[in-house]
Amino acid sequence: MSQLSITLLRMGFLVLLWALVLSAIAVLRADLYGTRVTARGRGRESRKRDDARAEKTASPSRAATGVRAGAISTKDPSAGHLAVTGGPLKGTTIPLGTAPVLVGRASTCTLVIDDDYCSARHCRIYPEGDRWMVEDLGSTNGTYLGNQKVTDPVPLREGEVVRLGATSLELRR
Amino acid sequence: MATVTDVKVRTGRRGELGLLGLAVAIAVLARGLVDYHAAYLEIDQMLIYAGACTAVALGIHLAIRRWAPYADPVLVPAVLGLNGIGLAMIRRIDFAYAARGRETDFGQIQTMWTLIGIGLAIAVLVIVRDYRVLRRFTYTAGVLGLIGLLLPLVPGLGLQINGARIWISVFGRSLQPGEFAKIAFVIFFAGYLVSNRDTLALAGPKVLGMRFPRPRDMGPLALVWAAAMLVQIYERDLGTSLLLFGIFLSMLYVATERISWVIVGMGMFAVGAVAAGALFSHVGSRYTAWLHALDASVYSSGASEQLVRGLFGMASGGLFGTGLGEGRPDLVPYAESDFIFASLGEELGLTGLMAILTLYVIIVQRAMRTAIGVRHGFGKLLATGLGFAMALQTFIVVGGVTRVIPLTGLTTPFLAYGGSSMLANWIVVGLLLRISDQARRPDEVAA
Repeated sequence: MSQLSITLLRMGFLVLLWALVLSAIAVLRADLYGTRVTARGRGRESRKRDDARAEKTASPSRAATGVRAGAISTKDPSAGHLAVTGGPLKGTTIPLGTAPVLVGRASTCTLVIDDDYCSARHCRIYPEGDRWMVEDLGSTNGTYLGNQKVTDPVPLREGEVVRLGATSLELRR
Repeated sequence: MATVTDVKVRTGRRGELGLLGLAVAIAVLARGLVDYHAAYLEIDQMLIYAGACTAVALGIHLAIRRWAPYADPVLVPAVLGLNGIGLAMIRRIDFAYAARGRETDFGQIQTMWTLIGIGLAIAVLVIVRDYRVLRRFTYTAGVLGLIGLLLPLVPGLGLQINGARIWISVFGRSLQPGEFAKIAFVIFFAGYLVSNRDTLALAGPKVLGMRFPRPRDMGPLALVWAAAMLVQIYERDLGTSLLLFGIFLSMLYVATERISWVIVGMGMFAVGAVAAGALFSHVGSRYTAWLHALDASVYSSGASEQLVRGLFGMASGGLFGTGLGEGRPDLVPYAESDFIFASLGEELGLTGLMAILTLYVIIVQRAMRTAIGVRHGFGKLLATGLGFAMALQTFIVVGGVTRVIPLTGLTTPFLAYGGSSMLANWIVVGLLLRISDQARRPDEVAA
């Protein structure tokens, strides 16, 4: 073999070595990014629910009311959402409709919080007339509205902060 | 609301097959270059070798498909690639020794150990169907590890080679029981820590804004520290001692999530190592050979000769190396085992060494990823421990050869000549494959 082909083979070996390294990394690419975050609410399920309701009652078009897709009721004028502003689920929003929202550690809750300082069924946020109320469900560590411990159901106004364990919630329109 | 879902993991078996092809190509091309430069190239022989490599790679691939279908796809190709490079390099050094009139057949022997090692890895997959079974043998593994560590000290059985007493002689062959003790200790530490981590994580006094563990919980750490120091003093081997202590410390950190353990442990080890260097002359002379390697007096006394020749070899390799079979790696004593990394540095250059180190990084990363993915606490600790053991061992050897830390007698996993290391590390691969298979397997409920 000529000197040139030997040199080429010698460099080719290094190239092959790096080809193995780089293609191994390419195979791993998917798992380097780990997890994928999908926004619910715009998912297939909620759209199906919207469609089902549309068959029963003719609701005004979403564009006309300006309400986000995925809100549970588009007719209720008080419709807004509950935003988690602190704690492990920070950044999560739950659209509010006419149904009460149960918060706690139990998997049956509407908002499931993985926090040792939360009770299984910690508190409930429910509509009464045109207001939203917060009610503590006998939790161990208590629910606070601002700095006040919630004992009896109290009205929750826009922008007020509900705290339970490390989590804080806020009502937004 | 937003949900966080894991990306669906493919089994990746097809990707593995492709990577195995590359690994086989590397092994065959390396051997071809070596044989050509030794004027020994025969096409028939090469075809047989290529066929054998392909058969072995296919064998592992099919075994994994059969017994661990969800196992990590990158682990085996990376290991096989390293192994193929190592085999070619050892064969190349055989030729170099033969040219100087010293007949050796390290290459043949190492090929045999590789085949047995691969067989052992497959045996691990077949026998250990569920890694959680290993937890039952926590204390058995601890005792076995201790026996393995202390065996070289038994008079009549232990062998002292080049100052270190880490071999035993069995059936006329030397065996390094420490390599197997490593695995036993990882199993023991994983089982012990998963049961006792809550106590060890309790907060103690606060010093300089950091919570330290309670002094009464220091028992296990002190015990392992004492064992590591005894190894360093009586077996005269810093490598095994550092490996043992490092594995325990890293697993303790992973189990308790307390950085203060690492600080306390590293402090203890540093104090112990310095004290041992000051008190025992044989430990001290190793430190001198490391710190003053390039002093004329130290070099001419022979203490740092091997290390310095290795450095010269790597320096002459430069960026792209002299090319496989074209350097003079045999000028370094033990070029086929302790100093194979320097030999590779000379012939493959920095480019080749970086690729090799990246392959190690990939192997270790896969172990850590497996630890993240697996749901069982024991499995997390086991995978972390095995991965970290491989990382630390590579660091100790490469650090020793490149003069970052004192030179020790550990072997480069999968590259260096040595049966014990080859077998033990293939067992580690088998265990990692098993754990990763269980970590990546979709839930049985969903299936």
